[in-house]
Amino acid sequence: MENNLFNYTLHLADNSLTMGHRLSEWTGHGPMLEQDIAISNIALDLIGQSRNFYQYAAALKDDSVTEDLLAYLRDAREFKNLLITEIPNGDWAKTIMKLFLFSTYQFCFYQKLIDSSDKQLAAIAEKSLKEVTYHVRWSSEWVIRLGDGTEESNKRIKLAMEEVWPFTGEMFQPAEYESLLINNRISVDVSEIKNDWMGRVKSVLEEATLSYPEDKNTWMQTGGKNGIHTEHLGYLLAEMQFLQRAYPGCEW
Amino acid sequence: MNNEEPLWEVFIRSKQGLDHKHVGSLHAADAQTAIENARDVYTRRMEGVSIWVVESKNIHSSNPDEAASLYDPANDKIYRHPTFYNLPDELKHM
Amino acid sequence: MATEELQKVFDDKIAEEIRIEPKDWMPDDYRKTLIRQISQHAHSEIVGMLPEANWITRAPSLRRKATLLAKVQDEAGHGLYLYSAAETMGITREEMVDQLLSGKAKYSSIFNYPTLTWADIGAIGWLVDGAAIMNQVPLCRASYGPYARAMVRICKEESFHQRQGFEILLTLCKGSKEQKEMAQDALNRWWWPSLMMFGPNDDTSPHTAQSMKWKIKRFSNDELRQKFVDVCNEQADILGITIPDDKLVWNEKRQHYDFGEINWNEFFNVIKGNGPCNKERLAARVSAHENGEWVREAALAYARKKAPKSPSGEFESFRN
Repeated sequence: MENNLFNYTLHLADNSLTMGHRLSEWTGHGPMLEQDIAISNIALDLIGQSRNFYQYAAALKDDSVTEDLLAYLRDAREFKNLLITEIPNGDWAKTIMKLFLFSTYQFCFYQKLIDSSDKQLAAIAEKSLKEVTYHVRWSSEWVIRLGDGTEESNKRIKLAMEEVWPFTGEMFQPAEYESLLINNRISVDVSEIKNDWMGRVKSVLEEATLSYPEDKNTWMQTGGKNGIHTEHLGYLLAEMQFLQRAYPGCEW
Repeated sequence: MNNEEPLWEVFIRSKQGLDHKHVGSLHAADAQTAIENARDVYTRRMEGVSIWVVESKNIHSSNPDEAASLYDPANDKIYRHPTFYNLPDELKHM
Repeated sequence: MATEELQKVFDDKIAEEIRIEPKDWMPDDYRKTLIRQISQHAHSEIVGMLPEANWITRAPSLRRKATLLAKVQDEAGHGLYLYSAAETMGITREEMVDQLLSGKAKYSSIFNYPTLTWADIGAIGWLVDGAAIMNQVPLCRASYGPYARAMVRICKEESFHQRQGFEILLTLCKGSKEQKEMAQDALNRWWWPSLMMFGPNDDTSPHTAQSMKWKIKRFSNDELRQKFVDVCNEQADILGITIPDDKLVWNEKRQHYDFGEINWNEFFNVIKGNGPCNKERLAARVSAHENGEWVREAALAYARKKAPKSPSGEFESFRN
């Protein structure tokens, strides 16, 4: 039980960290200055969320465990983030699509997590929900603008949709550590938020003149929650963890 | 057609009860985006509770060359200010 | 009004410390000088994001990652405030960006040096931001209103930047032997380029005298550089690392530190484009701009499609 809660908290932390890390790759390279600032803000929110979860996860263990130990000294197989958060940014369209689908998921998810019987998780969810509400708004605006903008932007966002869509299935499939916490009302039953998510995604796509992929047979990539990742995560971690690995045991 | 996103002037109310104050400008394709950009650019440190944006081209300003004729005539109308009137010290609440 | 009269009104305002505002008459050269200075300053903020952003994804702790990201993001904001200030003088952001990308406009040469280790992020915060603050604080009183106001905002935000840099170095200096060496190495590489940030010596600085007359600048390059050297000495002592200048010595008579000669040949070469990273920095900006073109077009196309036909439009008036 205790270990399930630890793994679950790590899963939430890893989601926010890898997504925030990816978004921060845009800093200094955005399509316009204003959007450079906007996406960096969202990255900061996500890194902040991950810290809250890591700190809580660390507190569940003994004093030797810290947020940084959890973020910097676990290998890819131990990371539990959703695959959608680790795949490369691609162009602006792909980044926007990833963020839109993921933020909408986080929005639906945190709305439930605020009622968690675990007071700490509920408190982090409450704070995060405000941030994510803005992320949904911002990324939706962009999906709409790219979908209903020019021919090229429409083509790009459609392609992004095709590329990112197969990574949405695992959002709603609980891992074992997640399922085992549902009865105590600690975790959110993610299978139950799927309809809410679908409705929200559909209405934005519609406004963006894009169609919702109704095909139920789309093969969905899974594994992230249990540490089976894409090849990309290894490189992400190699970069992120480099200093901690190269100079073990130092303060930074 | 001009391919630069239009310029917007940004006004922020720093807290309830105060006027919106001009803080600067930014570029955005439309008003909605301008408000979001203003939020990210000008309220990163809790500087505001409300944002106005106005497309810069819609702001008309007085001409500084006419400053003398516009503002100087107010100089000698000191009777508009309360201190112009001599009242007895005993009068407390006025 | 005749030009001589307008010039006199302008001169009087400068003499009386009354700010010049966008629509006021101003001499052409004043306008040109300011556009050049403000846009260079804006470009420096934007290009300056690159060497630091280089380490966001490799920052060694979550706290460092968040603060570095916030700091680099602030620089984007500062660039934006400055572009805005320049735009009040009748140049568009697009024109300024074109000048940067075509290599016509200059930016601070310090950003053409590479960030090789994590300690460089500390050194940039301490020295580069420190030098920038030294330059910028007097600019809060610059005679041109929008520039001065942008600088006030920037200086307020900038105050955490130098502290975060110093804290990084302090942590390294208190850490392992390798970490301390990393800090010393960063100081060795960043010290001289930081001194160059104040620009050429006064006797060879082409614009200083006029800028001071116009009260755009309040102190000369050499005065600011001297102030910087004086404060850095004490700070290096606290860190326990050594400034790489064997001529650096307290001069009792001047009540200042004497210091060695700057390698001006290197300075002018870096400005000319021969610095270690000039090409990469510009290429990164060009690529961001080009890759963003379809995005900007899409946003504009959408805005045009949705533009309200009547002026009242879909947005609620603020009086509602």
